[in-house]
Amino acid sequence: MAKYLLIESRDPFDSADSQYFAELIQGLAKRGNEATVFLVQNGVLPVRKGSKYSTVIADLVKSKIKVVADRFSLKERGIRQLVDGVDTADTDRLVDLLVEPGTKAIWH
Amino acid sequence: MAGKTITVAIMDAPYESANSTTALRIVQSALAKGHNVNVFAYEGAVNLTMKAQAPHPNPVKGTSAEQEAHPTTKDWVASLFKMAKDKGVKLDWVNCGLCVDERGAGDWVEGPRRGGPKDFLDASNASQATLVIPTK
Repeated sequence: MAKYLLIESRDPFDSADSQYFAELIQGLAKRGNEATVFLVQNGVLPVRKGSKYSTVIADLVKSKIKVVADRFSLKERGIRQLVDGVDTADTDRLVDLLVEPGTKAIWH
Repeated sequence: MAGKTITVAIMDAPYESANSTTALRIVQSALAKGHNVNVFAYEGAVNLTMKAQAPHPNPVKGTSAEQEAHPTTKDWVASLFKMAKDKGVKLDWVNCGLCVDERGAGDWVEGPRRGGPKDFLDASNASQATLVIPTK
C-alpha cells in the first residue's frame, strides 16, 4: 500500500480536469492506497457548503479519504461553512504530510 | 519530524499565480519546522529573486508605495534565507541558469546560486520529500 498526498490547487469552475483528479484520488483509495487531499488556492472553492461541486468533496469524505483545506486560502475567499468531515490546516500540516515516510506528493 | 530535507520545484513567474505565494509559504513552514529545503526555480520562477524588484504606488487609490506596502518576492526570499540562518538549517536555492540568461534575470538578492536540472535531480535523490509545483 502506497501513501499519496494529492494537492489540489484548481477548482472545477475553472478547470474541467479537476474532476479527473477527484476520480484519480478515488481510484487510488479503492486500490487500497492511503490518500490525503490537501486543498489550496482556488482548490478550496468546492468545500463551501452549498457549492455546486461540494458533492465531489462529500464523496471523497464518504470514501474515508482525508480531506484538508488550507486555512489561508479559505480566509482569503471568505469560506466559513465547510462540507462535513473536511479538516482545516496551514502549510505546517502540509509539510508534515509531505515528509511522512513513503509519501508520494502530486500537485494539480 | 524536524531535520529532514525537502526539495521543491517551482516554475511560475512572480505576481502571476497564487502558486508563488503557496510555494513560499511551504518553504517558510518547512524551515520553521527545522527542515532543510532545496528550491529549484525553473522558467519564470527565476524572476522571484531579482534584486531590482520594487514596490509601486497605486494611482487609482492615490496611495504611495509606502502606504501600499506591497510585498515583493525578492524580499520574501531574502527573509527565507535569514530564517534558515537563524534556525541553523540549510536553504539551497538554485536558479536555472539557462532560464536566467533567457530572461536577463541574473541580478539576485543574496543567497541563490546558478544551476541546472541536474541539481534538481541530485537534490531530489538526497531528499526525503519532493514537491513539483507546475505552471497551469
